[in-house]
Amino acid sequence: MVSQAIQPKRNRITQWLAADTMEGIRRQRALLGYLFIAPSIIGLLIFIIGPMIATFALSFFKWNVFRPPEFINFENFTRLFSDPRVFTAFRNTFLLVIMTVVMLEILALALALSVHRLASRPLSYFFRTSYFLPVLLSGAAVAVTLGYMFHRDFGVINYYLGLLGIPKISWLTDSNVVLWSVSLTTVWRNLGFTFIIYLGGVSSLPTEILEAAQVDGAYGWRRLKSVVLPLLSPTILFATVTDIIKMLQFFDEPFIMTRGGPGDASRTVVMLMYENAFGNLAFGYGSAIALILFAVILLVTGIQFALSRRWVFYS
Amino acid sequence: MATHSSAWSNRLSRTIPRKPGDWVRLLFLFVIAVLTLMPLVWVVSTSLRQPIESFSVPPEWIPVDMDFSNYNEVFERIPFWSQMTNSFIITITVVAGQIVTASLAGYAFARLRFPGRNFLFWMVLATMMIPGQATIIPVFILISRGLGINDTLWALIIPSLSTAFGIFLLRQYFLQIPGDFEEAAMIDGANQWQIFRQIYFPLASPGLAILAVLTFNAKWNDYFTPLVFMNTKDRFPITLGIVDLKGYMATGSISVVLAGIVLSTIPVIIIYIFGQRYLIEGLMMGGIKG
Repeated sequence: MVSQAIQPKRNRITQWLAADTMEGIRRQRALLGYLFIAPSIIGLLIFIIGPMIATFALSFFKWNVFRPPEFINFENFTRLFSDPRVFTAFRNTFLLVIMTVVMLEILALALALSVHRLASRPLSYFFRTSYFLPVLLSGAAVAVTLGYMFHRDFGVINYYLGLLGIPKISWLTDSNVVLWSVSLTTVWRNLGFTFIIYLGGVSSLPTEILEAAQVDGAYGWRRLKSVVLPLLSPTILFATVTDIIKMLQFFDEPFIMTRGGPGDASRTVVMLMYENAFGNLAFGYGSAIALILFAVILLVTGIQFALSRRWVFYS
Repeated sequence: MATHSSAWSNRLSRTIPRKPGDWVRLLFLFVIAVLTLMPLVWVVSTSLRQPIESFSVPPEWIPVDMDFSNYNEVFERIPFWSQMTNSFIITITVVAGQIVTASLAGYAFARLRFPGRNFLFWMVLATMMIPGQATIIPVFILISRGLGINDTLWALIIPSLSTAFGIFLLRQYFLQIPGDFEEAAMIDGANQWQIFRQIYFPLASPGLAILAVLTFNAKWNDYFTPLVFMNTKDRFPITLGIVDLKGYMATGSISVVLAGIVLSTIPVIIIYIFGQRYLIEGLMMGGIKG
């Protein structure tokens, strides 16, 4: 009885998906398409898109998990905009982004251009590996290591600076210096990453144009400024956008090296979000900070792409 | 490598630096190489120092009488083996999961037609813009209160199994593979699943390798997510373990902490040795395609 009831239905499905008609194959592939994307799409909906909407919603609530959430309208945002610590955290983050990204891009580009000109294969392999090795370390390992090296009294860095006659610098405890220490740490860790991106760009430069420039008498700075940099501009845009987004979300190094100190001198936006949400269980306020950070990332990236029309050259 | 054929001019003639500019360039490269390598050499050499000498300067750059006792002490201070095992379980599961989910979705977006495909692909691209920190609070609530799996390895595995970046990367690879293979396979009687599994999936292996290496590196080194989800030391991944060790050794020997760092980095170095081509290629691709 049962098998009779199911049998015709199964036939209808196999007929609908019959592999011997074009229509059946088309349907088969469409069905397969949905099946194939389902795990990814479900995952993204549950762990990225849904939570993003929830962050937005949560930012209008006061919630500490123990009591039911309380709708407080824009209160989190008014508190956020009048909180001097939020201002400090954003200022620190922006300063870190500017310092780090400027050092990273200039250094990585100079290294890529120089390594590319090397004729010796082993030498260029040696340099590439040396610059890339720190990328393999975790932010935690880097922060711990450089934290020791930056120590005022028994740190290696102050020892060698002392040999040059430079007095001891309080790398991690002087509020005027601490951002530099954190920034230099990040430059050290990420240089190889940005360098490889530029090396990719430099090695794909069209040889004919560069040779033509040479024939026209463009050498050295002249060639760099009017030929090489315009040709590299899409790579520069890509690297800068990626590095800025990465730095705006900065957390591991200052959290481990300085805990945000001295005072709030090295506290970043993500650290403030982390402390509010997971330290004070202020999930609503933490969400508001996270949302503002996301808005800033979108805005900064948007501005970069808008400005890029003026300087990025697509051949 | 492609760098060779697209060199600016005849690089063979420049094997030996001739112009002063070449020497300046070489010097610059060496100085930066010394600065990037110095902390790494310091970590290894200091990890081999007698604990009593671990703070003394100048550092002994080349350890003469090596002392491996610091390495033994790592195992006594933190549950090192459990933490390394945790990192392995998390990383390998996530890499495998991402390869499965992203290759399926990447293939579908590249080669299969279905209504809503473009909209769904744009949705995937849009999620690449959302940073992890913007979603961590609801994900934490979901993991801890919804699913009750915080402080278990699942909390670090499940949210990472689907990846917008992976889908995007693998779609590019599947687009590069000619569609002719599909027709040929169909004539031979292969079904759609066989076509994917036996023809297109193996052909995309360079892309799969890139995804695997990048994911391994990112997941092994992740600090923020475990910090949010984990409380029990036996369940920490090794990144949390190292920072924990640093706190434990705050007044003791830094050599022990550095020994822990060396040990925790060995797996990434091994992956790098085998996968450097893919890692470098994956990063360079971004730069070229801009």
